[in-house]
Amino acid sequence: MAQLVKKIVTSKILLNKGKYCLYKCDGRFLGDSWVAGSCIDPSLGLNDDQKNIQSLAIDFARNELQPNMKKWDEEEFFPVEAMRKAASLGFGAVYCSEKFGGSGMSRLDTSIIFEALAQGCTSTTAYISIHNMCAWMIDEFGNEAQRGRWIPQLASMEKFASYCLTEPNNGSDAANLTLSAKRDGDHYILNGSKTFISGGGESDIYVLMCRTGEKGPKGISCIVIEKGTPGLDFGKKEKKVGWNSQPTRAVILEDCRVPVSHLIGQPGDGFKIAMKGLNGGRTNIASCSLGAAQACLEISRDYLKIRKQFNQPLENFQYLQFLLAEMATKVTASRLMVRQAAQALDEDWPEKVALCSMAKYFATEECFNVCNHAVQIHGGYGYLKDYPVQQHMRDCRVHQILEGTNEIMRLLVSRDILLEGQRKYS
Amino acid sequence: MSGLRILVGCKRVIDYAVKVRVRPDKLGVVTEGVKHSMNPFDEIAVEEAVRLKEKKLASEIIVASCGPQQNQETLRTALAMGADKAIHVLVEDKDYSNLQPIHVSKLLAKIAAEEKVDIVLLGKQAIDDDCNQTGQMLAAILDWPQGTFASKVVKKDGSLDVTREVDGGLETINIKLPAVITTDLRLNEPRYATLPNIMKAKKKPLTTKKPSDYGVEIKSSHQVLSVEDPPTREAGQKVESVDLLVAKLKEAGFMKS
Repeated sequence: MAQLVKKIVTSKILLNKGKYCLYKCDGRFLGDSWVAGSCIDPSLGLNDDQKNIQSLAIDFARNELQPNMKKWDEEEFFPVEAMRKAASLGFGAVYCSEKFGGSGMSRLDTSIIFEALAQGCTSTTAYISIHNMCAWMIDEFGNEAQRGRWIPQLASMEKFASYCLTEPNNGSDAANLTLSAKRDGDHYILNGSKTFISGGGESDIYVLMCRTGEKGPKGISCIVIEKGTPGLDFGKKEKKVGWNSQPTRAVILEDCRVPVSHLIGQPGDGFKIAMKGLNGGRTNIASCSLGAAQACLEISRDYLKIRKQFNQPLENFQYLQFLLAEMATKVTASRLMVRQAAQALDEDWPEKVALCSMAKYFATEECFNVCNHAVQIHGGYGYLKDYPVQQHMRDCRVHQILEGTNEIMRLLVSRDILLEGQRKYS
Repeated sequence: MSGLRILVGCKRVIDYAVKVRVRPDKLGVVTEGVKHSMNPFDEIAVEEAVRLKEKKLASEIIVASCGPQQNQETLRTALAMGADKAIHVLVEDKDYSNLQPIHVSKLLAKIAAEEKVDIVLLGKQAIDDDCNQTGQMLAAILDWPQGTFASKVVKKDGSLDVTREVDGGLETINIKLPAVITTDLRLNEPRYATLPNIMKAKKKPLTTKKPSDYGVEIKSSHQVLSVEDPPTREAGQKVESVDLLVAKLKEAGFMKS
C-alpha cells in the first residue's frame, strides 16, 4: 500500500513540477516535427520511388514499432508478430532476388527502409537487418535447391535467421576461428561454440562459419544449421544494455551432424561469404544508427521548443541552437556516407569495402553522439526510461562494436589507402 | 453479371500528424514543404474497393484525383494499394485555391459516366476543409442513390445494404446500383502497400486530363476573407461549491440572473 501511495505522489510531483515535463513523450508521432522541407528531411535527394518506399517504412514504424519500443525493451520481448507483419510488406528479404520471394530492392532502398524503421525501434530493426543479411548470403551463394528451400521461409519470416561468426576466443580475429566441421560421409560433424549470436535460441536458421580445412581464412566454410538438429544447443540469454527486443545467446555445437547439402558455396568459401555479407550488414547497421539519431534529433527539437528555463524556451539559448545544428550536420554527413556506400555496393565499385567501412564507423560513432547529446538536452528527463532518447542511445551503442568493430573498420580503411601496387578487391 | 466497376476519389491533404500553421497573409495555411498524404477517409475508400475486388465482386478499380502535379503521388499510393488505373485531373496551383466540392463533384460525375462505373466510393470528408459535400453533390448530379457515413457495405442483387453511422446510432439502408458511397472511419482498416506492389504500381496506367476536357470551369463562387488560429485555450477555474459555480456562470453571462 505504501508503495502505491509513493507511486501516486511521485507522479503528481512530476506532473506539477513542470507543466512541460510529461509532454507527449509517448504520444509523439514520427515526422510530427517540422522535418519536411528542412535540411534534416531524410527524403532529400531521393527520387519518387524511393520516397514512396520511405513513406511506407515510416508509416509502418510509426504505427507498429514506435508505440511498442519501450515495452519491448522493458519486457525483453522478441516481437515475432510485428516482424512477420513487416515481412509481409516485403521487409524480410529486401535485397534478395525476386526469384525465390525476395523483394529485389537495391542496397540504397534497403538503407532508406532500415533508417525509417529504426526511428520506430532501433533494436528490432537491427535484428531485421541481420535476418536480411543471412537471407542474402543464402540467396547469393546458395544453390537452387538451398535458395528454393530457405528463401521463401526467410522472406515471410516464417523462419528467423541468425549470423554466426564470432567465437569466445575469436572476435575481430575471425579469420582464425576454431569451430570445426569434420567430413563424415554425407555429413559434417561440428564441434565448438559461437558467442553473442543475435536471435540465438529463437532463430530457426543459423548461417554459421566453421573450419573445414587449413588454418586461416581459406579453411573456413559456410553452412546452414536448423534449430532442432541434435547437437545444437544454446547458452543462457544474455542481459544487455540495449538491443533488448532481440535475444542474444551462445550457440553451442557438440557432435552436431549437418548434411553436406547444407554447405553454402564450396568448402573454403566461408570467409569470403561472411565478409561479403558483412559489407551489406555494415551499411544496414549504420542505417539503423541513422534512424536512432534522426529520431533523437526530432525529439530534441520538439523538446527545445517546449521546455522553459530562466523564463524562456530552451530554443532561445545559443549553445543549444549550435548543438542542435551540430547534431543535424552529423546526421546528414553520416547519411550521405551511408547512402554512397550503399550505392557503391549496388554498382559494385572497386572501393566498396573501404567505403562501407568508413560509412559504418563514421555513422555509428556520430549517431551515437547525437543520441547522447539528446539525452543531455533533456536534462534529468533524458535519463528516465519514460523518454525514448535513452533507449535509442542504449540501442545504438553496440553498433560501434558489432559487424566489425570500429577499430577494424579503421584498419580496413587505412589498408586501402596505404596499399602499394595492385589493389586486391574482394 | 461481370464484376462491378468502381471509381474512388482521392484527395491529397496535409498529413494528419502535422501541426498546421496559418500563413502570414492569413488567407490560408502553410502548404509549402509540408508533409502531405492521402486523405485518411479516402484511404478507407480505396481499401473497401480493393476488398470488393478481392471478393471477386468488383472487376476494375479506377482512382481519380483533382489537383496539382503532386497529386500523382497520392494516385501512385492508391495504385500500390491495389487500384488498377488512375486518372489525374490536373488543376494548376493558381486555380487550386478555387477548387471546391461543387467542381470536384462535376468532374467525378463526368468521369463516372465515361468509365461506366457502378459504384463511386469517396471519403466522407477531407480533413483539411471538412466540407462533407462532394459525395452528396455527386449523387445529386448523377441522380444516383447515396449511402453516406458508411460503416458497412454488403452487396446484394443489384443493390447495396449500407450501414450508416448517424446521430441516433446505426441505420441500415438498401440502395439500388449504381450508387455513391462515402466512407466513415469504422468501415475498415486500410492496408499498407507492399514493396512488390509499390514496384508494380509504376507500370499501372495513369492518365492526366484537364478540367476543360470534362467541360468544367474552376471558378470560385466565394472568397476567403481570413484564416486565423483558434483562440488560445485559457485555464479553467475550480470552485468550492455549486452556489459559487452558479454565481460564476451568471457573471459570465451563461445563465439568466
